[in-house]
Amino acid sequence: MSHPTGVDHHKPHAAHEVHHEELGFWRKYVFSTDHKVIGIQYAVTGMLFLLFGFVLMMLMRWNLAYPGVPLPIIGTLFGDARMPGGTMLPEFYNELGAMHGTIMVFLGVVPLAVGGFGNFVLPLQIGAPDMAFPKINMMSYWCLFLGGITMLGSFFVPGGAAQSGWTSYTPLSVIAGSGQTWWLVGMIFLITSSLLGALNFLTTTIQLRAKGLTFMRFPFFVWAQFVTSFLLLLAFPPLEAAGVMQLMDRVAGTSFFMPSGLVVSGQVLANAGGGNTVLWQHLFWFLAHPEVYVLILPAMGIVAEIIANNTRKPLWGYRAMVYSIVFLGFVSFIVWAHHMFMTGMGTAMAAFFQTTTMIISIPSIVILTSLMLSLWGGSIRFNTPMLFAVAFLPMFGIGGLTGLPLGLNISDIPLHDTYYVIAHFHYVVAPGTIFALFAGIYYWYPKATGRMMNETLGRIHFWGSLVMMNVVFMPMFIVGLAGVSRRLFDAGSAYDFAQPVMQWNVVSSWGAWLMGIFQIPFIFNFFWSIRNGKTVSANPWEATTIEWAAPSPPPHGNFAVEPQAYRGPYEYSVPGAAKDFTPQHEAT
Amino acid sequence: MDIPYTVEVRRDTGLNNGKIGIWLFLASEVMLFGALFASYILIRVGSPSWPRGDTILDVPLATFNTIVLISSSVTMVMAWASLMRRQFGKFRIYMGATILFGLVFLIVKYFEYSHHFAIGEYPSHNNFLAVYYTLTGLHMLHVIGGMVVNAYFWGPGAKLYQTNPVWFTNRVEHSGLFWHFVDLVWIFLFPTLYLL
Amino acid sequence: MSSDHHDSSGHAAGDHAADIDKHVRVYITVFIALMVLTIITVAISYLHLSVPVAVTIAMIVALIKGSLVAGYFMHLVSEQKLIYAVMALTVAFFVVLLALPVLTHENGYWIPDAAPAAAHSEGAH
Repeated sequence: MSHPTGVDHHKPHAAHEVHHEELGFWRKYVFSTDHKVIGIQYAVTGMLFLLFGFVLMMLMRWNLAYPGVPLPIIGTLFGDARMPGGTMLPEFYNELGAMHGTIMVFLGVVPLAVGGFGNFVLPLQIGAPDMAFPKINMMSYWCLFLGGITMLGSFFVPGGAAQSGWTSYTPLSVIAGSGQTWWLVGMIFLITSSLLGALNFLTTTIQLRAKGLTFMRFPFFVWAQFVTSFLLLLAFPPLEAAGVMQLMDRVAGTSFFMPSGLVVSGQVLANAGGGNTVLWQHLFWFLAHPEVYVLILPAMGIVAEIIANNTRKPLWGYRAMVYSIVFLGFVSFIVWAHHMFMTGMGTAMAAFFQTTTMIISIPSIVILTSLMLSLWGGSIRFNTPMLFAVAFLPMFGIGGLTGLPLGLNISDIPLHDTYYVIAHFHYVVAPGTIFALFAGIYYWYPKATGRMMNETLGRIHFWGSLVMMNVVFMPMFIVGLAGVSRRLFDAGSAYDFAQPVMQWNVVSSWGAWLMGIFQIPFIFNFFWSIRNGKTVSANPWEATTIEWAAPSPPPHGNFAVEPQAYRGPYEYSVPGAAKDFTPQHEAT
Repeated sequence: MDIPYTVEVRRDTGLNNGKIGIWLFLASEVMLFGALFASYILIRVGSPSWPRGDTILDVPLATFNTIVLISSSVTMVMAWASLMRRQFGKFRIYMGATILFGLVFLIVKYFEYSHHFAIGEYPSHNNFLAVYYTLTGLHMLHVIGGMVVNAYFWGPGAKLYQTNPVWFTNRVEHSGLFWHFVDLVWIFLFPTLYLL
Repeated sequence: MSSDHHDSSGHAAGDHAADIDKHVRVYITVFIALMVLTIITVAISYLHLSVPVAVTIAMIVALIKGSLVAGYFMHLVSEQKLIYAVMALTVAFFVVLLALPVLTHENGYWIPDAAPAAAHSEGAH
């Protein structure tokens, strides 16, 4: 390349020397531009919010098991506005419900799965020194942080936090208390964070991959994050626009979503009217459907890595998995109205969305089946990451299959907005994604800290969580099939048809509280192992992908010598090779 | 640490990082304004009647503003072309003109908005106005954002030209892409709101 | 312009200045075209054509103007394949976002404003 003008700043990327001044504490650990520090910030933030969202749920489950009964001791802490005499008010239940969903999805899973794992692992796995835009990376974390503060702060405004569901359907959300405005502002921060992160991931993956690392040599995790980033980039903006419009409706008195002649508490509202309330649903679900793939794709990526590593075999059907995940990404943009079958659309459009929804199940099945087939004939090592990764498969299977009746109009009619839906999506996200995230934490913890987490505690965490997940969510299918609606603060106790299934709510609640107990070994393990875990070198799992070439933990700049890829990502048990794994970056 | 391909292009993609980054960002902006246009369509189609733009809004003034914004796009690309010719002085003039045109655009919008407010035409008045204010308001925020970035490259950011003129030229190009996009959005907004 | 020798900004090395001169001529031409098209689109609006016809013509003119800005000011005519791919994907989803909600609306039943008088929006009627 000729440089007829301008200074050539292309330095050879050989041995990395610290040729700049040593950074102070704040620039090194708080306002860092290093993807590993940012990744850990995202991951810890995500985990804290997962815990918080879990606590909100444990509170909700009290009233679902024992409606109207005062919650002993803890109940009195919430004051008369929320729990007079320790008895939960429906408004408080709604607050808990809306914020549980919002926090779990946008402040828990996505920051951990994408911000945490994506940021930490992706550059290492493609042999890059950092992300393409390190400063933007830092900004994206702090946007998330501000969004989180806003969401937490909303609990303290008069009227409490948002109470109109994580879906914020209009017109209810427009007439709701000021917590909803905070929700909207918080969402704008969170969306901005995701947009900045997405363009960083995409640019990094395309431009900074090592020499020899072609797209079809990517670890499946990289493909998963790549498609996820496209979903975030293109699907989030419409929700941002919708959020602005809802803010306008609430604060400037517009009627984007407000129909004419709406009567609230006996009074006709004085706004101009003429708005379209289903418009909110279109814009919300245009994001929120791709969002569920944002929740699952990184999980599939993590599971794929761990299964290949712990079966000592290449993934079965890698090519099919790649085509499937790309196809899934496309189709995820044209299925959204299966969340809106009950809004009065005609048969032609309903047929269109049913068709696309059925079609999108195919790539998911291909990926799940490939992962299952990858186990066949493997030398399986059942360490803690592998336990979680293998458990993911049937759990995601249940979640995915139970989605099918929801995707067909006719069967959706009795199931829509019941506990069946709650059971379906929780199976996918909870013993689905969250199990994959646990797997990833146990798997990449040694890379990030230089120490292993304790196996015994890991197994207790695993078995307890697996059993309890099913105790919590399996009964909800029964409750939903009986017709009990979601978002009822007393779980339907006022309805005759619900009486035969009310007992199941008690089962779910106790499952949830016990599940909380089983997270304690994990939390303890996570912190205890930082100082006391077994120390490891670069590649404790004897894995093939490039991140294991860097030291544990990697220094600033990651690799002493720029890596190069010589082969595919899963060259395990190659016939005739000296070891049962041939790393991607090793020359011969 | 140096991030590769910040300035030089990567051979197989033919692009540097910033170029990809800005186009990806513009892609997200297309979806943002797309959602607003989709909302406008849905609300208008569902409305029993809808006023023609020129019955409420000032078409001659907006036509002037359209010409202002298009001119600013030309001066923006000329600013970049001057840098490509290593004519820093010309760059300063063209970039300055771009910022000035942006300022004129904002001033005109200020007059438009205050006129409407003066006769009680607020966003809450009816959905035509709600759509108008939201679309032009968000567009205006993008104009301001673009002006801030351009002002940075005209002013304090320009010292990068001394140490790395190629990188500086590229960054101005990327900033220009954003500015052209803002013009592009207006090219669709103007007839949609004012003429139909 | 995907020639083999690109300098750091992705444009052909060698006759740099002459290249830019050619570009500048294009920019001026496009500028004039945009002005003319702006006048045209405003002039047509004075004809007060029916809404469907007016929308169609206005959108066609806007598309032409937009293509000129995107193609020449934003250099899309000579950009790399990757950028085309990203924008093609985006435009596809943009069309989906614009078209599908309206189709679900038109296709089903939608209760129009039952009481237009109750909505005191003078400007809207």
